[in-house]
Parts: sequence; structure tokens; C-alpha cells
Amino acid sequence: MLSVQGIEKSYGGIRALDGASLDVEEGKIIGIIGPNGAGKTTLFKIISGFVKPNSGKILFEGKNIENSQSHEIARTGLIRTFQLSKALTKMTVLENLMLAPKYQEGEKIWNVWLQPKLIKDQEEESREKALSLLKSFELFRLKDEYAGALSGGQKRLLELARAIMAEPKMLLLDEPFSGVNPYLGMRLLDHIESLRSDCGMTFLIIEHDMPMIMQLSDYIYVLNKGQVIASGLPREVKEDEGVLDAYLGGV
Amino acid sequence: MIEYIVSVLLIAIIYAIFSLGLNLEWGLTGLINFGHVAFLAIGAYTTVILNLRGVPLIPSMLVAVALAGLCGALLGLPTLKLREDYLAIVTIGFSEIVRLILLNEEWLTRGPLGMHGYSRPLADFVSVDYNYFLLIVVLTCLIVCYFMLERLVKSPWGRVIKSIREDEDVASSLGKNVFSYKIQSLVLGSAIAGLSGSLLAFYMRYINPMNFVPIETFYAWIIVVLGGSGNNRGTILGAIILWIFFSGTRFIQGDLPITPSQAGALRIMFIGLALIILMMFKPEGILGRKEELLLEQ
Repeated sequence: MLSVQGIEKSYGGIRALDGASLDVEEGKIIGIIGPNGAGKTTLFKIISGFVKPNSGKILFEGKNIENSQSHEIARTGLIRTFQLSKALTKMTVLENLMLAPKYQEGEKIWNVWLQPKLIKDQEEESREKALSLLKSFELFRLKDEYAGALSGGQKRLLELARAIMAEPKMLLLDEPFSGVNPYLGMRLLDHIESLRSDCGMTFLIIEHDMPMIMQLSDYIYVLNKGQVIASGLPREVKEDEGVLDAYLGGV
Repeated sequence: MIEYIVSVLLIAIIYAIFSLGLNLEWGLTGLINFGHVAFLAIGAYTTVILNLRGVPLIPSMLVAVALAGLCGALLGLPTLKLREDYLAIVTIGFSEIVRLILLNEEWLTRGPLGMHGYSRPLADFVSVDYNYFLLIVVLTCLIVCYFMLERLVKSPWGRVIKSIREDEDVASSLGKNVFSYKIQSLVLGSAIAGLSGSLLAFYMRYINPMNFVPIETFYAWIIVVLGGSGNNRGTILGAIILWIFFSGTRFIQGDLPITPSQAGALRIMFIGLALIILMMFKPEGILGRKEELLLEQ
């Protein structure tokens, strides 16, 4: 579904990515791990179009997207979240969710004045959907609070719910479990698993929490110094000598 | 006395319209436009120049509004990818360029002499004091602008521009074309400023480039911040308060041993002081929401 081929990216003299490649099959949960500075987040920024690579190809559902802009990539159904969760703090929880759907007629300026009925219907529909999503994410009672008033873990849940409102085919999650308490972490884990099994959604997840990512992933890529140094099933990766070296600073 | 109150109200409402444009750009979209006065100037001069060449008033005004909006697009296309502080510098430069063109292209604008002798809406048919009639005109414009903007704020379009103000990466990660929305906001804000420029020309009956110095932009900023950024009603209130203050302090001079220009400077100092005090005790502005300031990213 997603194929990343030989991505290179340098910032000045620093090679953040040095020919990284990976493949993601539809309906799978794929993990990316690696020590700090391995290039994981840079890779996400490049896949989602926020940063342009120096070279390399990215195919999403068979189409080249390495030259597309971030909003164009999002519209193809590839939605990302951020390492430091980005709730829109001065908007309510409900507004955060209702922002997300694609192709809203009311987002065209002329329609606002000329098509009020059409907009009202669409808004009603997306409000229903947002509310039921908030219920399943246990955020319903917070719907009218400013998103900035939520806890770190609740913001993570909100971000995931918001991404789902955009009806993604595939989600890129950047450290979804960081700063989340164990209870909310388990909730998040359940949500990801049920989205995959019930909706056939595909995931690519960067995570530092080893037990979590090992439990969640079907397949894992290990990134170090801008390259994929190992890949395999979680238990294979766990036993890989090179991976241990990368983490423990061996040569 | 009533004539005086009407004339203060007129200028306050014209500035309210002018500032509503800025509130859309800054208060709602988060664009730092320090060159807003350029569009006031474009609106005023376009209306006057066309009218003096025989174009009827309504078409002149429409062209003025459209041209101000178009100039907003021309300013935005190369600059809206800049970070906020750079956008501020570029826009203030733009407004000075516009003013210097008005000052120097004498064949078109009569330069420092300014322009007068243009007609005003229905001036031949209004038998009462013309300002009463003009008040109805500007009030109508204000009401129309206000309701159009409120509609926008509460629409999905408004939700997108607010999300851009909050964090444009989020908007873009959800498939919103951030650049396009910034342009739309700047075009509409500039067109509104252009309309206020037309009205200003009718009110003043004589315009010259000195009416469009950068301080006018900052009056709009004062108005928007005073009322509470992002709040249209606050902006209107801010404009009225500022002009009541301006005209109220005008009477001080008589009792003090100072020259008129000293009095003018003193007024600006008082406004500065009043703003500092307001920001200390009510940093969110008069109608702003305090909770919003307390929220951290």
C-alpha cells in the first residue's frame, strides 16, 4: 500500500536519512523503532509531505507522492499525527473533530453565504459522527471543553479521533503512547487494534515503548543513522544482534 | 453638539469596518498584517480617481473594493509563505510603497495636493445635513460586513482559518490547503478595508497621502486588540471607544498651556498608557475570552 524507496535527506552536513526503504501492506500494523536521532520522525515528515527528500521515491496506492504537498497527501487518505500531540487548544474538542472531514462544502467561502442549507445538513451529519466517535473514545463529556484543557493522554486520544474523522486509509502515528498514562495507553492500544480489525485500517507507528510496539506490530523496521538496519517479526527483531548494538551503542 | 456626535460616530464606524478586515486577518487567521492602511488608501483613491473621471459612484466603489482585494492577493502570493515576523516587515513596506506612489504619481493622484471635488452618494438629493445621510450609509455597510463575517466565523470555513491560526501544520495534516485559505482571508480583509476607504473619502471630502501613514494601520491594531482579537463585536466596540477617546481628549487642550501638536502627541501617549493598563488587567481585550489566553499548546 505504501512503498518508501531509498529516501535520502541531509540537513547541512548531517545525513538524517541515508537510503531508507520500507514497505507497508494494506491492513497491517507496522512499527518503526530506533534510537534517538535515527531519522524516524524525519521519515514521517517526508512521507506526509511536510519535508521534501533530496532523493528517493514514495508510492502510496501506486501513485508517486514524494513531490506532493502535505494537504494533497492527506486528501489521498494518508493521515499523520504528531510526536508532540497537537490539539488545537483554543478550539473545543468537538470543533477539533469537525474540522477533520474532507470535502466539506462549507469550507468554500462562497457556499457559506449562498448554500446555508447544504452546509447545515453536512454539519449535522459530521456532528453526529463526531459525537459517536467521542463516545467511543470516552471524551464525550469533554466535547465542549477547550482542547487545551485536556490531559496529555486525552489529547492523544483526541488526535487519533480527529485523524479518524478524516477517514484515512492509512495512519502514521508518531509516538502515540508517549506521555500517556497506562490506562489510557491500553485504551489507545484497543482502539488501534479494533480500527485495524473492524475497518481494515493500515498503520505505520513510531514508538519508543518496546513492550507496546512489540505487542501491537505485525512487522517491525529498525532505523539507525538514517538506514534500515533490520526488519522482521517482532520476536525476530528482538533477537537481532545489530539492533541490540544500535541501542546499546556498540559498533 | 449633535452634529459633532454624528461626525465622531461616522469616523468610528468607518474605522470599525476598516478594523473588521484586520480582525479577520489577525484575530481569526493569525496573519500579522502591518500594512492594512494600504488597502484603505487603495479603496479611497480608486473611488475618487474613477469618480473624477466620470465613472458613477457605485461602480467606482465596486471597482475600489475589487482592486483592494486584488492587491491583497498580489501582496499575499509572494509573502504568505513567510514566517509571521517577516510577513509583518513585508506588509509594512508594502503600505509605504503604496503611499509613496500616491505621493509621487502626480498625473494620477495630484501628489501631496490631494484630491477633492468628487461627488458623494446622492449628495444632490439629500436636503438634511449630509452627515446624517452618510451615517445611514456607513451603518448599513457596517451591518452588512458584520453579518457576513459572523456567518463566516461560525462556518466550516471559519473553523479552518481558526485552525490555521492555532497551528497550520494540523490544518495541513488534515488536508486543508493552508496557503489558499490565507490568501482568501487576506483578500477579503483587504476588500473590506477598500470599502472603508471609499466611505472615508465620502466622509472627508478631501483626501491626500498623509491620511494613509502607517499609524493608521496601528489604530486598527489598537482597535482589534482593545476589543479582543478574533471578536467582531469587540472590534466594533473598540473602534467606538478609541474615537470617543480621541474626540474627548480634543477638548483638553483648551485648558492646558500646550500647542496643538503637543496635545496630539499627548493623546497618543494616553492611548498607549490606557492600552498598557488594559493589557495588565484584561489582557484578552474587552470582549475577548480569558480562558483562551490561559491555554498552553
